[in-house]
Amino acid sequence: MLVVLMMAPLLTGLVRKVKARLLRRRGPPFLQPYRDLLRLIRKESVVAENASWLFRVAPYLVFAATWVAAALVPTFATGLLFSWSADMIAIVALLASARFFLALAAMDVGTSFGGIGASREVMIASLAEPALIMVVFTLALIAGSTQLSTVAGYMMSAHVGLRVSLGLALVALTMVAIAENGRIPIDNPATHLELTMVHEAMVLEYSGRHLAVIEAASFVKLLLYISLICSVFAPWGIAQAGADPAAYAIGVLAYVAKLTIAGSLLSVFEIAIAKMRVFRVPDFLGVALMLALLATLLMFMTRSL
Amino acid sequence: MILPDMNAVTQFGAVGAVLIIPLVAVFILAALPGYRLTSVLNVFASLLTFVSAISLFFGRPQPAQLLFIDDLNVVFIVLNTLVGLTTSIFSASYIAHELETGRLTPTYLRFYHAMYQAMMFGMNLALLANNIGLLWVAVELATLTTVMMVGIYRTHEALEAAWKYFILGSVGIALALFGTILVYVAAEPVIGEGLDAMTWTVLIQRAVKFDPALLNVAFVFLLLGYGTKVGLAPVHAWLPDAHAEGPTPISAVLSGLLLNVALYAVLRFKMLMTANEAAIAPGPMMVTMGLSSLVFAALMLYRRRDIKRLFAYSSIEHMGIITFAFGMGGPLANFAGLLHMTMHSLTKSAIFFAVGNVAQAKGTQKIADIRGLTESHPVLGWGLLAGVVAIAGLPPLGIFMSEFLVVTSTFARQPLLAIPLVLGLLTALGALVWRITGIAFGTPEGQVAPVKASYVPMFTHLALVLGAGLYLPPAVVTWFQHVAHLLG
Amino acid sequence: MTHPLTYDIAHLLAGGMVLVSFMLLYQDRMHGLLNVFALHAVILALSVSWEGWVQHSPHLFITALIALVVKAITIPLALHRIVRRLDIHRSVETVVGIGPTMLAGMGLVALSTALMLRVTATADALARQDLAFALSVVLLGLLMMVSRRNAISQVVGLMSIENGLILAAAGAKGMPLVVEISIAFSVLVAFIVIGIFLFRIRERFDTVDVQALDRFRGDQR
Repeated sequence: MLVVLMMAPLLTGLVRKVKARLLRRRGPPFLQPYRDLLRLIRKESVVAENASWLFRVAPYLVFAATWVAAALVPTFATGLLFSWSADMIAIVALLASARFFLALAAMDVGTSFGGIGASREVMIASLAEPALIMVVFTLALIAGSTQLSTVAGYMMSAHVGLRVSLGLALVALTMVAIAENGRIPIDNPATHLELTMVHEAMVLEYSGRHLAVIEAASFVKLLLYISLICSVFAPWGIAQAGADPAAYAIGVLAYVAKLTIAGSLLSVFEIAIAKMRVFRVPDFLGVALMLALLATLLMFMTRSL
Repeated sequence: MILPDMNAVTQFGAVGAVLIIPLVAVFILAALPGYRLTSVLNVFASLLTFVSAISLFFGRPQPAQLLFIDDLNVVFIVLNTLVGLTTSIFSASYIAHELETGRLTPTYLRFYHAMYQAMMFGMNLALLANNIGLLWVAVELATLTTVMMVGIYRTHEALEAAWKYFILGSVGIALALFGTILVYVAAEPVIGEGLDAMTWTVLIQRAVKFDPALLNVAFVFLLLGYGTKVGLAPVHAWLPDAHAEGPTPISAVLSGLLLNVALYAVLRFKMLMTANEAAIAPGPMMVTMGLSSLVFAALMLYRRRDIKRLFAYSSIEHMGIITFAFGMGGPLANFAGLLHMTMHSLTKSAIFFAVGNVAQAKGTQKIADIRGLTESHPVLGWGLLAGVVAIAGLPPLGIFMSEFLVVTSTFARQPLLAIPLVLGLLTALGALVWRITGIAFGTPEGQVAPVKASYVPMFTHLALVLGAGLYLPPAVVTWFQHVAHLLG
Repeated sequence: MTHPLTYDIAHLLAGGMVLVSFMLLYQDRMHGLLNVFALHAVILALSVSWEGWVQHSPHLFITALIALVVKAITIPLALHRIVRRLDIHRSVETVVGIGPTMLAGMGLVALSTALMLRVTATADALARQDLAFALSVVLLGLLMMVSRRNAISQVVGLMSIENGLILAAAGAKGMPLVVEISIAFSVLVAFIVIGIFLFRIRERFDTVDVQALDRFRGDQR
């Protein structure tokens, strides 16, 4: 659990740095997100007069849910502390509840930006979540269980073979990850223009320690999705449960390497593509849903033959 | 692998002639200029084909792998070539007027004649095919040639009609191909791979052992696919436009021949289905589609304002009756269906000949503008009247006989179905009689031009229909009965 | 029984065809549509070649070659030229939105898979899967024809239906050469008709939006 907490801001720092370098800027230092969090914690938290208790509590709820979900993903080893409960559906449910509270908090103060952000976020979620569930189904059909450790273990074995469903599921999961984390082409994490905001619009009212907690939650969410993709589709190097420390060390190293590569790929992708207009986002996510549905259908067919 | 085909054809003699003559004619007619020569050659080629077809009555070769003759298709071949001949005679005299009014140019006429023979080749090949894949190819060829010909006037309406026909026809033919593939997949475990599993004579013998579920799905696709070509509701949408906007000889050939060829394909597969008891009975599906076509077309007849469109819907109606009859099954209904197919071919083409003359004489296809035909053009007017009386099913002409047989056999076996059947027939009768009295009687108005085209084809057909209605030769009767028995 | 890898590759290619059919449904620009159609034909060629390899029937390679040359290269090039020369409107209007269309497409794929798998219980796995995917491609092509208002996209839908049929015929073990001839035939003639009709429609109607054709429907006459 601590690992994900420690590494999450570093991942975001890496993404921003690589993006800047690719744009021929020097970019912020790798550790800048840590400094941002510290700075925000020290500042005074300004809360609107008509904010309810939900407004104050929501950041902590969101962070808690996301942190627990991230802790469930087998990052560098299977059989970690909570792996008995590391059901993929549990992860999806935790993320959904985090999103729910965030959307409520966005609407709590009654500003229009919050409303815009919440409605867009929920629209995105209405398509992304079914796609995510379908991906979970596909993986479960392939591996025979929804336990992430089991899935990761299965993927490392030789039984997998060449499966088009896996390819489709990977593409679908990547698209969902991009949407859920508010990266380009869905949302621009660096902007505060009202036309283009989704996530930023929801957290516009927050400041001080509340904002720090929410920012930390979004860092952890990015880490979560990337770890999820890596553990399922690129499971090499994950140590088995109860292996010797050397294997654990290799697992940690492999994990760090995977995060680096994935973060860099994300930066490259964000640079190479333009942000989509908001009304095209349902099409994009519809494609993710279609791919995921197709993957499930193809798995069903293979199994019934 | 196409070589055995040619060998078989040359061995066949008459069968080969029926196929080769139109094929050769395509190339000759495409090459020659001068429409008079090509139209005469068109007639000549059709005559030769007809004579070859008649000779099939007297000597019949053994079934080969790709082509064969049995009792079912010999009658269709003769009918096909006969109507092809008379239509070519009509077309030869009709075309001169089209050239005069500038609706067609000489280049297009060459194209038209070449396509005509190509279409005849396609239809003959479809009727003679023993291989279900070859059947499909031939029906597709016939369809595509007619698509080209429907659009030949290049007006807005003609292009729309041709495009719609092309799209809907292609979709139908695609579904039919899928059904054909499924039949092969059903046959392959029983008969083995290769050409044998597509040869109809082999299929019909071993059909008992095919997988029934697969055959069911295959038949649904085939019925929908070839049914589009037959013009059954609800997949009939191309038919009225194609009949109305193409040249009249093409409308005659579409109604008289192409619909029959498509229905023949459906019948072949129906025979396969009935040979396998475990498969669902194809009858009810055909009955439903036939009945709905009949009722739908009969109702639509009332609102038609274009004379060719009126008779196009009448074709839909009659194909519905025929499909209904074959769906009912049993010797009497099958006999009625066969008789109706023949009579409808002859009558409908005769009507279209008359309609073509009318359109040329009056310069319009709108019913409202055509009045008093019996006064301005007596021969044409009374001929058209006779044709409509025939197609409406009034005695003593041939169609009355077949409709009567269908109705009586339905009353005997499924009285409830007879009610919509009779209602549909009466509705259609009413609409046709109403329209024809308006057209034939009253005072003539509008343009009155002399008729250029020949009356001979029309009256030949009507005479045949009258003759069949009064006296059907016993040889023909026994023969139809034999085929009806084959159909099951 | 077939080796798992054989099956997997066939599954990959045939599933890829269904995927590309969905991509065809997603396109809203003419050039994208034609390029994706070329991809569709390429995957068809690969799929048929693989079938030819597995079934040891060399004539399937001829089919694959025909599909590649005619449908992946010639027809898309010709259509690109037609689009440029006739200055056809570059975007494809749809009757319903892309989202509902894709959902309907999913429904059709599920339906056809369920139907074909149920019906072909006795055939071998490769044939069953090919038939199921082929029917899916056919139905998706039909959906595309129904949900687009542009004559060129209707033609592309028709050709994708034909691709599905070629896949079905290749999957049916041992279907003889007649099939190849028929399919090549239909390709050729469709090509001729496309050329003639598109030119004529454009010169008559100044558009290839088939809604313009609807004015000349004779339904009320």
